[in-house]
Amino acid sequence: MAIAATTAPAANEPPATPIHRLGEQVFDAVSEIGDVASFSVQTIVWIFRKRARWSVLTPIFYAIGVNSVSVVAITGTFIGMVLAVQAYHQFNMMGLATRLGSVINISIVRELGPVLAATMLAGRVGSSMAAELGTMRVTEQVDALAALGVNPIYYLVVPRFLACVLLIPLLTLMADFMGVIGGAVVSTQIMKIDSFAYWKHTRDFVESLDIFAGVFKSYFFGSAIALISCHRGFNSRAGAEGVGRAATEAFVVSFIAILFLDFLIGMGWNTLYRSLWPQSGTLI
Amino acid sequence: MSQPAAPNPSAEPIIELRNVTMRFRHQTVLRDVSLQVHRGQTLCIIGESGCGKTVMLKLIIGLLAPTEGSVWFAGRNLAGLNARELVEVRLRFGFLFQMAALFDSLTVYDNVAFGLREHHLAEEKAIGDIVIERLREVGLPPEVQHKKPAELSGGQRKRVGLARALAIGPEVMLYDEPTTGLDPIMSDVINELILRTQQTMKTTGVVVTHDMKTVSKVADRVVMLYPLPRLRGGESQMLYDGPPGPIENDPDPRVRQFVRGEAGERLLELATQRAAREEATSPR
Repeated sequence: MAIAATTAPAANEPPATPIHRLGEQVFDAVSEIGDVASFSVQTIVWIFRKRARWSVLTPIFYAIGVNSVSVVAITGTFIGMVLAVQAYHQFNMMGLATRLGSVINISIVRELGPVLAATMLAGRVGSSMAAELGTMRVTEQVDALAALGVNPIYYLVVPRFLACVLLIPLLTLMADFMGVIGGAVVSTQIMKIDSFAYWKHTRDFVESLDIFAGVFKSYFFGSAIALISCHRGFNSRAGAEGVGRAATEAFVVSFIAILFLDFLIGMGWNTLYRSLWPQSGTLI
Repeated sequence: MSQPAAPNPSAEPIIELRNVTMRFRHQTVLRDVSLQVHRGQTLCIIGESGCGKTVMLKLIIGLLAPTEGSVWFAGRNLAGLNARELVEVRLRFGFLFQMAALFDSLTVYDNVAFGLREHHLAEEKAIGDIVIERLREVGLPPEVQHKKPAELSGGQRKRVGLARALAIGPEVMLYDEPTTGLDPIMSDVINELILRTQQTMKTTGVVVTHDMKTVSKVADRVVMLYPLPRLRGGESQMLYDGPPGPIENDPDPRVRQFVRGEAGERLLELATQRAAREEATSPR
């Protein structure tokens, strides 16, 4: 973990050439990757090395999980509703309006539910964690923990990591559920699609494995959000600008990681699915 | 008014820095610094901002590892200790941070009880008694225990920070600019508390400060560090190491200027810089 020297004077150094600067950038990039990897390994090790206390876990679980329910639910609902509005006319022109349920719901449980729940978590919780830990870093609270013989990763990162990993599947299910409800309300109550046909096609098309695939991905998204955000916070630079930048970077890097992981897991899962059931289509 | 305890030069060194160099990327903060602190001694480290005083404190408690050289505590090289041994060593220190570094999310009670709880050093009932006792020792009423750090004044925060550091019964107290940002009255209160702590708890003290009133009140030895970029070639970074009495008449003008708070050659530097700027911007 890098420790920022905020007050150290500059020693007399020869002026840097472009080659020097390029070398430094490569060195920084490699060092950053190594730093994140080391940070992640330490977090995993501390989960098993010493059990986190409930008094520490509970408020963090509440802040990350319970306080995210409303924003995830609202997002999920509107995504379902928008999907119904956008897809209805196309399907209706082809006389397939009753098939709308299968398209909306498979999109939600496979992709939109997990990705949007993770994006909302990264935006609401990831930035907040980075800002909080960044402030603790620059006000020496992280050093104070270490000086009191408490490992900052154990005390600050492990509870946030556990909260993100354990609660994001529930938030994903919440986004899925609300998306399904939102889509169904618009389709059956506003677009007047036959309710029985809507749900029948949904049941025929959406399988438990689809829901499982979305929830499975969310574990990876939650891990990435927690590790990236906490790492950014721990390496925040001094001052309001440094903390603000850490919060922004936490969201941006987490978001890119979510999309990248989504692609990677989708590819991996499809390969696995096709090898197990060669006659079937792709899963994700 | 109380006087500092007389130094005991025959006592074994409890803290030792051997040829320590500390570098942050391109910035060398400390260069080849060697220092011994004896048991029962109160050492004040003075010097301009950015000369490496705080870095030295963090090296002593193992929050930073030296780039070169070694740091020893009670005859043990900190670099040779495993994580558990390092925690054991840190529990023999109390650290008062510059801005107190109280944990924002915890109450005063929980802050002071933190070390005791985390390391199971006492039962909850006994912890309550210790917290009240430590708060009383630093002149705070029991009612303050329910407040959050944000509700406290600067002086109260420093005192709670001192109570937290003292709660675990340290052998060595490290103070990082204990009077910075406080009014003269509160500064004197903090100085008196430091002095009383050294006397009643028989702790060894290392005080980083640029407040000469603190030095004259609590120190029985003073070390003055000088910023590396300003040193002449080959000079030691420690410009002064001795008792506080003669420092005001030290033959080195840089030491005298610091003690008397005189800008000295800095004014000349400012004038030279201003002249250079004006020459660069003036029309030819």
